[in-house]
Amino acid sequence: MTIDMSKFLDTFFEESAEGLDAMESGLLHMQDGAADDELVNTIFRAAHSIKGGSATFGLSEVAEFTHHMETLLDEVRAGKRAVASDLVDVLLESVDCLRAMLAASKSGSAGDPKRAKSLSARMAKILGVATGHVVVTASAQPVQAASGGWRIVFRPHAHLYRTGNDPVRMLRELAELGEYKVSCDTSRLPGFVNAQPEECALSWTVELRGEIPEKRVREVFDWVDGDCDLTLEPLPASSEKLAPDAPAVQAVVPVAKEKTNGDKTSTPAAPAAAETTSIRVGIDKVDALINMVGELVITQSMLGQVGKDFDMSRVEKLMHGLAQLERNTRELQESVMRIRMMPISFAFQRFPRMVRDLSQKLNKKIELRMSGEQTELDKTVMEKIGDPLVHLVRNSVDHGIEMPDVRRAAGKAETGIVTLNAFHQGGNIVIEIKDDGAGLPRGKIIAKARKQGLLGADEEPDDNKVFELIFMAGFSTADQVSDVSGRGVGMDVVRKNIKALGGTVDVKSESGKGSTFTIRLPLTLAILDGQLVSVGEQTYIVPLVSIVETLQMKKEAISAIAGRAELYRLRDEYIPVLRLYGLFGIEPRQKDLANGLLVVVEGEGKRVGLFVDDLQNQQQVVIKSLESNFKRVPGVSGATILGDGTVALILDVSGVIDASRQATAPSGLGKNQAQIRAA
Amino acid sequence: MPTILIVDDSASMRQMVAFTLKGAGYDVEEAVDGADGLRKAKGKPFNIVVTDVNMPNMDGIALIKELRALPTYKFTPLLLLTTESADDKKQAGKAAGATGWMVKPFNPEQLLATIKKVSG
Repeated sequence: MTIDMSKFLDTFFEESAEGLDAMESGLLHMQDGAADDELVNTIFRAAHSIKGGSATFGLSEVAEFTHHMETLLDEVRAGKRAVASDLVDVLLESVDCLRAMLAASKSGSAGDPKRAKSLSARMAKILGVATGHVVVTASAQPVQAASGGWRIVFRPHAHLYRTGNDPVRMLRELAELGEYKVSCDTSRLPGFVNAQPEECALSWTVELRGEIPEKRVREVFDWVDGDCDLTLEPLPASSEKLAPDAPAVQAVVPVAKEKTNGDKTSTPAAPAAAETTSIRVGIDKVDALINMVGELVITQSMLGQVGKDFDMSRVEKLMHGLAQLERNTRELQESVMRIRMMPISFAFQRFPRMVRDLSQKLNKKIELRMSGEQTELDKTVMEKIGDPLVHLVRNSVDHGIEMPDVRRAAGKAETGIVTLNAFHQGGNIVIEIKDDGAGLPRGKIIAKARKQGLLGADEEPDDNKVFELIFMAGFSTADQVSDVSGRGVGMDVVRKNIKALGGTVDVKSESGKGSTFTIRLPLTLAILDGQLVSVGEQTYIVPLVSIVETLQMKKEAISAIAGRAELYRLRDEYIPVLRLYGLFGIEPRQKDLANGLLVVVEGEGKRVGLFVDDLQNQQQVVIKSLESNFKRVPGVSGATILGDGTVALILDVSGVIDASRQATAPSGLGKNQAQIRAA
Repeated sequence: MPTILIVDDSASMRQMVAFTLKGAGYDVEEAVDGADGLRKAKGKPFNIVVTDVNMPNMDGIALIKELRALPTYKFTPLLLLTTESADDKKQAGKAAGATGWMVKPFNPEQLLATIKKVSG
């Protein structure tokens, strides 16, 4: 039977990644002095599992490398070794190295054997052993045959059955080794009255002929060492035959039955062609889903019955059934969406390590505090928010927190605090990255902006405007380009990435007290609450979160400036009016502003009024990517299919606002719209 | 065919063992740690239990001790999965009532041979 071990590799890589994360966070805690037994055990278990798995699945370099880690951790676990910082350092580096090795195995590339070697050497030095090839795979048996065979007396102790072992199994195994003759000694059997059926009172004498190494015989009794009396005597190498009536069950079976381990498993598996991702889902979520499906089936059968002999008297029942169906569908949808939700701790968990390494590098003292790690968000959002978060945390560590002496001089504690916090607010998740450092250098930003011509020489902007500047492309005020940050690629990319997720990022800062970056993100990218609006024959969807209000315009509040631009006075504010039909180049039913409706939307702090023919209902829509099905269209974030089967475009409010400001926009968008219709 | 419970906190290991044994016709169930294993073993009598040693929420040694104390598992083969270096674990396992052990790394053939050995 051959089994392709590579099919288990994906699972192994996945659980190893989890194990490494656990090791890393454990090691970081350990360094804080909190080396309790459970923590050490967790770290040890992770290393142990990776070693076991990699050896089993044929990743011998990984197994060999992990062996040292495991040995070190085992000594810590046994209390034989104190937790010193050099130990934690080398283990943390080993975690990194292992990650790289596993990634290399996964992709089928060679990796970096030098790094592993030098780390192995460091660990060996700590362990005080010579580096060498550590054999983790089963070693070959030394063959030392007794030419004649063996006389084996096997006298099990009374409790043998209670170890789950069966003497018959051992006898059967012996029979497979060579020419076999057995006799059973029943003399220890008590009388029937005193019989103890759970105890073993029999013993056996076996004569085993053939060239069988002693080790091979002893192996048969390996599991019952201490549970029996066993004597082995070599038989003379005579050609004496067994009695013809001997219960020799089998002919001579060659000893070389056992294969050397790993001949099948040591070849690394071919890398998987396409990366498949999977998520772990709590069983409660799956149960909820199954419950919902059950409900759905009940509703379906009820509707089926209503439909069987339908007449008008049953309309009420039908309506009731449909309402129930709607409820079921919505709940089912929510349950399914919940499956994709994961706690944000998955994105946060890399930060303790990162902050530790960075603060060491920069000689700063920094404490990282995290809260709200259990706040859930969609897996796809989670995957994309990682890099922007890393950037912001790096920024706080590098630019935000001051050097210890500077902090002391400012009357602050030497240790700076970076706080990561996540919570839900409305339909959004909010992530805050806060530091108690120096705050954004307002003066420096203004000076830099003036130099780059982003600000006029005599302009005195307010804080909001100043802090907005850091999100401009190529803007960095770092005095020196460090390894950590300050290369001028950054905040603009952060904002762009967050915007791409339908989110926003804001900054608040107070000189000497610190800065707070606040990211707001939608919980999911798959479904959106939308307001359906009609323009001519078309239906568009405006994301509900961007709508401020909807109103009928009063003629006297409309004013036109310089011919084209129109403004609407809403209370104390003038809002530019954007005719959607103009933007998309379609024929509306209403051209007179007073007869249509104005949907006031907000994006990136700017408000515009979208002029539409009419409002339809509000509903949740499933977002289909326009980009993957057609192409990217400015002003449109995606499309959806409505209940009647028609396709409706979802407006990207910030995109629409941007487009409205470009004089060329109407024709550009109109052309795309025509293409969409043609497609 | 005998029913087998495999207890291991490593999903890949469980997958490999379960796949191999199911392929050979055994009826296999999986448990993710000692506590889960004990619960499952109490819920239904298995003919063989194979357990890893190092696991969260009750390790393999403790699981074997618990199982051996139950009337249902008094004579049942209970096997430990250990690494070669862990000789003390073998002894601790034996003291807890383990029938025997399988040394990691093992391949599917070795696994099947061992299971066949104890399943009689």
